[in-house]
Amino acid sequence: MSEVREMIRVDKLNKSFGDLHVLKDIDMTVNESDVVVLVGASGSGKSTLLRCLNFLEIKNSGTITIESENVEKETHNLNKIREKVGMVFQHFNLFPHKTVLGNVTEAPIQVKGISRQQAVKEGKELLDKVGLGDKYNVYPSTLSGGQKQRVAIARALAMKPDVMLFDEPTSALDPELVGEVLATMKELALEGMTMVVVTHEMGFAREVGDWVVYMHDGKIVETGIPSDLFDHPQEERTKAFLSSIL
Amino acid sequence: MLLSSLLEFYDIFVGSFDLFLEGLWITFKLSIASLLIAFVIGLFIAILKISNIKILQWIADLYIWIVRGTPLVVQIFILFYGLTDIFLIPMFWAGVAGLAFHSGAYIAEIIRGTIQSIDKGQREAGRSLGMTSGMTMRRIILPQAFRRAVPSLGNQFIIGIKDSSLVSFIGMQDLFGVASSMGSNTFNYLPYFITVAIYYLFIVLILTLIVNKIEKKLARSD
Ligand SMILES: Nc1ncnc2c1ncn2[C@@H]1O[C@H](COP(=O)(O)OP(=O)(O)OP(=O)(O)O)[C@@H](O)[C@H]1O
Ligand SMILES: [Mg+2]
Repeated sequence: MSEVREMIRVDKLNKSFGDLHVLKDIDMTVNESDVVVLVGASGSGKSTLLRCLNFLEIKNSGTITIESENVEKETHNLNKIREKVGMVFQHFNLFPHKTVLGNVTEAPIQVKGISRQQAVKEGKELLDKVGLGDKYNVYPSTLSGGQKQRVAIARALAMKPDVMLFDEPTSALDPELVGEVLATMKELALEGMTMVVVTHEMGFAREVGDWVVYMHDGKIVETGIPSDLFDHPQEERTKAFLSSIL
Repeated sequence: MLLSSLLEFYDIFVGSFDLFLEGLWITFKLSIASLLIAFVIGLFIAILKISNIKILQWIADLYIWIVRGTPLVVQIFILFYGLTDIFLIPMFWAGVAGLAFHSGAYIAEIIRGTIQSIDKGQREAGRSLGMTSGMTMRRIILPQAFRRAVPSLGNQFIIGIKDSSLVSFIGMQDLFGVASSMGSNTFNYLPYFITVAIYYLFIVLILTLIVNKIEKKLARSD
């Protein structure tokens, strides 16, 4: 087991919005192919942590190391870092003026500069993979929520990221559509994708997660493998949280 | 009585056709040129306004404040005398400048409003894919903002065409300029002003139909 590679390492990360101290001395490590599930009450800072990891929010202090690079906005081109760290949002955020295929090929063509032909070929493969092989040329508004989220996953994967961040990817979906998105994510995890997932889907966390991180009030309270954290939580706060959601 | 005045009007309408056609051509060139330039100004000012740079926002605010705070005819006269006397710019382009300066402010407000109405998740999605902020603006935000702006922009274009009649005050022979000269040459004002009103109505009608068509087309892809 000497070949474990660190994908993300966070040390003493702090983030405030004005006077509001949202992330407090966060330490976290995500190794290659790990699936880390972030749980915690609303407002505990889960989204903010994810957004710091791909620099949609800029930290106040601490270090964020991505694939052994200590990334600072002064020294790094954050756009290049974001290419490697894909993100999937609660509300999909598909581009409504582009077709499904257009959504998936936009960034590879514009950002990576690959040929349209190549982007279309890869885009179609990704859409086939997430089960939307018959939807290349429709606009997002004609899709169900579950289909939209699968397009969003394909769009992020099109940049060939090394890490994928998911911020409550199924929270905006009707219950009957949650399964198809979780299945897509599970498939991705089995292929070895490194993932950090904020979710309330405890079944997914148990089955697919390698680690569960419980956050409360901007701090990481407890980290463990799913069976330990869910069945034998060590901290009182974790126990209280788990009983509140069951 | 009514019949004879209708016949007289018909004669004037038909008889002045060639002259009005020349005026129409000037109005057309003037409107197209000024609105194209106004659109570029508007886009530029809108981007200044949404930039996070105080001094740029301040410049945009100052410009919009001046345009809103003064009558168009005053703006046309100042730019006309300023440009033709000091910079020796031809009258036509001085007129274009006056109209573009004016419409630019209103178009800026329209575009700024629609840019800001685009969900912020769109920007975040673009940035999270590694797109630069300029690329995200150009490829993701602006195309959506322009679609939303079509009805208001169409409306502003119609206003711009009607406002172009004010250049007759600096001596241009646009549609309205032709009507005024014909009226004062013949001392028979009313038929010429009714004639020019018909021309404007017709132009606005055509433009309205075009805008409606574009709107329908855009609605389909949404
Ligand atoms: N851009 C912002 N400006 C100001 N405050 C913010 C901003 N983003 C988040 N916050 C605040 O930071 C705190 C943490 O928010 P965050 O969205 O990270 O929580 P969360 O754990 O993701 O919650 P939820 O489960 O509701 O999504 C909240 O109090 C929120 O109001
Ligand atoms: Mg959140």
